[in-house]
Amino acid sequence: MVTENVSPGSEVHIEIRDLTMAYGSFVIQRDLNFNVNRGDIFVIMGGSGCGKSTLLKHMLGLISPTSGDILYNNESFVNASPDLRGKMRQCWGITYQSGGLFSAMTLAENIALPLQLYTRFSSAEIADIVAYKLALVGLAGYQEYYPSEVSGGMRKRAALARAIALDPEILFFDEPSAGLDPISSRLLDDLIVEMQESLGATVVMVTHELPSIFDIANNSVYLDTNTRTMIGYGNPAELRDNSDQAVVRQFLARGIAAPAEEQHP
Amino acid sequence: MNSEPPGFELVFDADGNASLLLTGDWVEGQKPAAFAILRSDLYSSSTHQLVLDSSRLGSWDSTLMAFLLQCHNYCQDEDIDFQATDLPTGADKLLAVATAVRAHIPPQEPSKPWLSAFNPARLAKEAVDNLSESLGFIGEVAIALTKLVAGKSNTRMVDFKNFCYQAGPEAFGIISLTSILVGMILAYLGAVQLLQFGAEIYVADLVVIGTLREMGALMTAIVMAGRTGAAYAAQLGTMQTNEEIDAITTMGISPIEFLVVPRMLALVAMMPLLTIYADLLGIVGGGIVAGGMGITPLQYINQGETALQFSHFFIGLIKSVIFAVLIAVAGCRSGINSGRSSAAVGQAATEAVVTAIVYLIIADAAINILFQQIGI
Repeated sequence: MVTENVSPGSEVHIEIRDLTMAYGSFVIQRDLNFNVNRGDIFVIMGGSGCGKSTLLKHMLGLISPTSGDILYNNESFVNASPDLRGKMRQCWGITYQSGGLFSAMTLAENIALPLQLYTRFSSAEIADIVAYKLALVGLAGYQEYYPSEVSGGMRKRAALARAIALDPEILFFDEPSAGLDPISSRLLDDLIVEMQESLGATVVMVTHELPSIFDIANNSVYLDTNTRTMIGYGNPAELRDNSDQAVVRQFLARGIAAPAEEQHP
Repeated sequence: MNSEPPGFELVFDADGNASLLLTGDWVEGQKPAAFAILRSDLYSSSTHQLVLDSSRLGSWDSTLMAFLLQCHNYCQDEDIDFQATDLPTGADKLLAVATAVRAHIPPQEPSKPWLSAFNPARLAKEAVDNLSESLGFIGEVAIALTKLVAGKSNTRMVDFKNFCYQAGPEAFGIISLTSILVGMILAYLGAVQLLQFGAEIYVADLVVIGTLREMGALMTAIVMAGRTGAAYAAQLGTMQTNEEIDAITTMGISPIEFLVVPRMLALVAMMPLLTIYADLLGIVGGGIVAGGMGITPLQYINQGETALQFSHFFIGLIKSVIFAVLIAVAGCRSGINSGRSSAAVGQAATEAVVTAIVYLIIADAAINILFQQIGI
């Protein structure tokens, strides 16, 4: 929980080993192998329906993989006991595509919930911390509002405040800027970077917002819909310029054709 | 872990400027220093500058940040120059982000006295509003139905069939159970009284008339209000949340024609059939109890036949049709008017069941009085 400044790329934090994901006999992605380093802002990208969100759900343990393993700090998550899984999850902060805020609770109650469950703070201390977390995401004073009373962008930021309530080691985002205007989306990106830098957290996000990807990500993986496996892994800007896969270059250049000789091998 | 409890010291220099020395480990598990103490110290000192000194600060987490934010906000309100330059890396950035936007001040709403919820004038107004809205809704449905008869409606017959299946065959299990038991209860109740006069054979009359006229239709309706009425409210409420109803409206289709009419027609078609089924099982249930009292099945059937009049059966059927309309109106109206959150959908389902049951009881009483007056 105590903050340390960690330079990106020094130590493996999350490891995906030979992961195969399938719904029944329908394989979504196979043979995924990649590492996320401590302090990375890591992006999972790919076309619609390629299994990005499914991969994230596997990493969160909401779905069990068909084969392969996911390791956090060199410890298997897939084979962990439910108790250990619970402990590992306490070091995570997660924001879902539509926020995932509990609509029957105020923003303050939403953020207070993980603090009440997993810390020994008194209710007055929790109120102070909630005020601080809301101030961090620019929502100071919105304690008593319900999620339905604030805008979509504010809901996303409130969800981020709930995700960072326990000062997590890993922050997961599912499409953080989907449905936001360019300015809000940029502000959210800045906020993610600030959180990563000051908390020293590792960030894993699913997104296909190219500006976000180039602005903040330092590592990424590309999942292909047709071959059903990963065909790109590395810094997004480098992948755009130097990937040996035309599909990846095209994706990162927003569909503008890659050099001709490689498009028609 | 060997950690020092968090604390602070307020030091004043000769010019009256204050410096705040943070000490110890400001982490979870330690009793954090109270901001209230610092506030009263600052208040009594009337200083104009507060400089932070974190040279003796150990490890820290959100506890420290929450404290610093309160310092910052207090200094801002009191026009004190708060200098937080001497913070560990990370903490300075977090404080900068947290203080970048000024706090929003929510508009003050006049607080209502607690008992205002029981204000009779307001309750009466709500009931009247509720009723007039329901009548308006029934009016819209009537318009949609005339369009359906004229063949100009956007109602899909596939939906109608699906809803018939959901409201009919799928409800057999629960209707069987409740109607047999209610038949038995009726028979027990009557038997205890009738035995005193040696007139236990009239249990058959009691069960047949009671079930056909009253209990068959009412119990079926109450079960269906909880089962199907709530389901309609939840379905339409979720559609409202997902903006499906907006989509239907903007396609130029009336949500009433497209969503409400098939549900209501399905319930109107299925409820009389379920009621007949419930009548039958209710009489069988009464027969079981009668059998236990030494009345043979033949006697029970013979005696029951003398009590059986077409009018009793007919009244039960009329009730079931009216009840079906009321359940569908309560369910669909709550669903369509639902708010757009998961809590609101739950509220809509609750409201649907409560309204439906109130309507059912009132309608039942009204129908009974009406038929009593005209002597059927």
